[in-house]
Amino acid sequence: MEIVLVGLNFRTAPVEVREKVSFSHEQALRASEELRARGILEETLVLSTCNRSEVYGVHPVGNRESAAALSSYLSNFHHVHPEQLNPSLYHHYDHDVVRHLFRVSAGLESMLLGEAEILGQVREAYLRAHEDHVTGPVLNRMFQAALEVGKRVRAETELGTRPMGVASAGMKLAERIFGKLNDRSALVLGAGTISEQVVSQLRERNIKNLYLSNRSREKAEEFAKQYNGTVVEWGEWDTSLRLPDVIVSAVGVQEPLLTKSLIEKAMAARGNRALFLMDLGLPRNIAPAVAELYNTYLYTMDDLTEIVQQNRNARQSEIPKAEALVEEHVGKFISWQASVELIGVLDTLRASLKERRAAFLQEKLAGMNHFSPEDREHLGVLMDELIERLLIAPAERLRAEKEFRKKIQSLEAIRELYLSDREKS
Amino acid sequence: MTHTFAAITVLAYLASMGLYLRFLFSGKELTGRLATLLMFLGLVTHYLALLMRARGTHTVPYHDLQGSMVLFGWLLAVTYLCLEIYHKQRTVGGFVLPVILVFFLAAYLVPDHSNTPTTVHGVVFALHVTLSILAYAAFALSCVLSLMYLAEERVLRMRRLGEVVWRLPPLELLERMSHTSVLVGLVTIAVGTSLGFLTVDRQLATEHYSYFDPKYVFTLFVLALYAIYFRLARTAAWRGARASKLCVFNFALVVVNFAVINIYFSQHHRYF
Repeated sequence: MEIVLVGLNFRTAPVEVREKVSFSHEQALRASEELRARGILEETLVLSTCNRSEVYGVHPVGNRESAAALSSYLSNFHHVHPEQLNPSLYHHYDHDVVRHLFRVSAGLESMLLGEAEILGQVREAYLRAHEDHVTGPVLNRMFQAALEVGKRVRAETELGTRPMGVASAGMKLAERIFGKLNDRSALVLGAGTISEQVVSQLRERNIKNLYLSNRSREKAEEFAKQYNGTVVEWGEWDTSLRLPDVIVSAVGVQEPLLTKSLIEKAMAARGNRALFLMDLGLPRNIAPAVAELYNTYLYTMDDLTEIVQQNRNARQSEIPKAEALVEEHVGKFISWQASVELIGVLDTLRASLKERRAAFLQEKLAGMNHFSPEDREHLGVLMDELIERLLIAPAERLRAEKEFRKKIQSLEAIRELYLSDREKS
Repeated sequence: MTHTFAAITVLAYLASMGLYLRFLFSGKELTGRLATLLMFLGLVTHYLALLMRARGTHTVPYHDLQGSMVLFGWLLAVTYLCLEIYHKQRTVGGFVLPVILVFFLAAYLVPDHSNTPTTVHGVVFALHVTLSILAYAAFALSCVLSLMYLAEERVLRMRRLGEVVWRLPPLELLERMSHTSVLVGLVTIAVGTSLGFLTVDRQLATEHYSYFDPKYVFTLFVLALYAIYFRLARTAAWRGARASKLCVFNFALVVVNFAVINIYFSQHHRYF
């Protein structure tokens, strides 16, 4: 039982290669089925995201050339010349595959360290492959463990808790004031890329009312349609500013758009309920003096960038903790794998010994005619019992062996001493 | 036996406090649950310690300063745990437990104060004392919550975010928790004070009791101030930090009522 992985990611391949080698769900299924049908792999799973395309598999017994076959298959499947593809591919075997997958699911191999999206992508890839019946006991176990690692890393380390983008940092801050945002209102001024990032963050948090405003009404309406928001008239601040709990501004202006007096009026109209303002424009869209107003919380692009930088550093410092969790689960998986192998080796050994016992008895009892058929049968049963007893002791010792390396060495020794070349494979 | 229960209580509270603080930093659900469990264990042994104290007097232990402090600590722990369950918020535990521990330990550390035990007994009187101390506990809790609110609000407004701010409860939740706590305090002090007046009414014929105890006046004053807080905290001008400051100020008056008025001015109150 040997696990293999062939793949590429954002570190090894430029986007032009990555987009050629990405798999849709249908392609992943077709590739998995073909790989199994051709005998290259026994179990398969394709993980394909915008940053990586990886094929996980389990070799059939005796076929250790499947990594090369896999690379060649990928090249043919996606019609990419091997010379272009091969330098970008990485190959991992056995424990390195397990470790790699666990690191991927923990977010340690992500472009944005610790990002949570990858865990969902791993889960989705696994569930689909499982439903398509292309995985088997080894990949099932490995991917279930990977999901567990991902969950634990996010729950037990700070790797995934701190926001890494300006928009998500702003949203996290708003949550420090209001709690969940699903019963709140937000107003976003502007319809550019930054506004879009903010709106997408707000929608992820199921914001109750989303108001959008832009100088160009047409663009605002298009934006509102896309994100299911309500357009409010640009410049009608007296009415529009009293509605939201969160105001985000990301427009190009020369003078601050929202002055202290405007916000002061809005605060009076909203009964001084807390107001969170994010100024993501340069030059600034919101007058700095707004921060002096009671119950207002103003954060500028600089403030949020500084928070993101702090979080980035904090996430870096969490890597050892996450890696320790990964190693813990790699150890557990290896132990499970070894116990499965142990059962396999013992079964083969038992079958081999019984076969030899039968041949031995037949040869030795050939000239002993005084043994009745019942005696011969009884002798066979007794020798089988002896074989069982002889096998129990090493099996128990191997099971009890805590140190994995010793366990594997003992297993290999048994394989080497008692099994023929044919049986070893 | 009392000391055994006291020792277990202190250990359970200390361990619980450590776990609550760890939960604040790590956010691990298991740590939080363990903290609550240990706090519950402390609460049980704290109650047993109270029971041992009450055994001699056959009533709630309000005859001495120590007894009142232990009772206060227990009621504070009960109020906090109810609030934690009601608002599903564990991050406050690490800040409330030190207060509970201080009161519990102080009760065992202050010298035994011999005093004339009150001659008043009975269920109504016991309820009057218990409810009054429960009100103080609820007000103490609202004070801790308001202080947390003020600290977090300052950090957010100054934009100097540290490690812990991401784990603290949202400001509006702290505000709601403080309101709940004050509401509990207001109801219990209102009922407790009414029962106090009922007790005085019953004692008037036989004892030298009167309605003109400075303690009554001050308690009614505190009750009025908390009622004002409760109303103001929902108004435009006061909601947020100002209301929290008022809540802290009100609790300072509760401390004055508990410590100064009782000891130096009241004729019928000493330790409750």
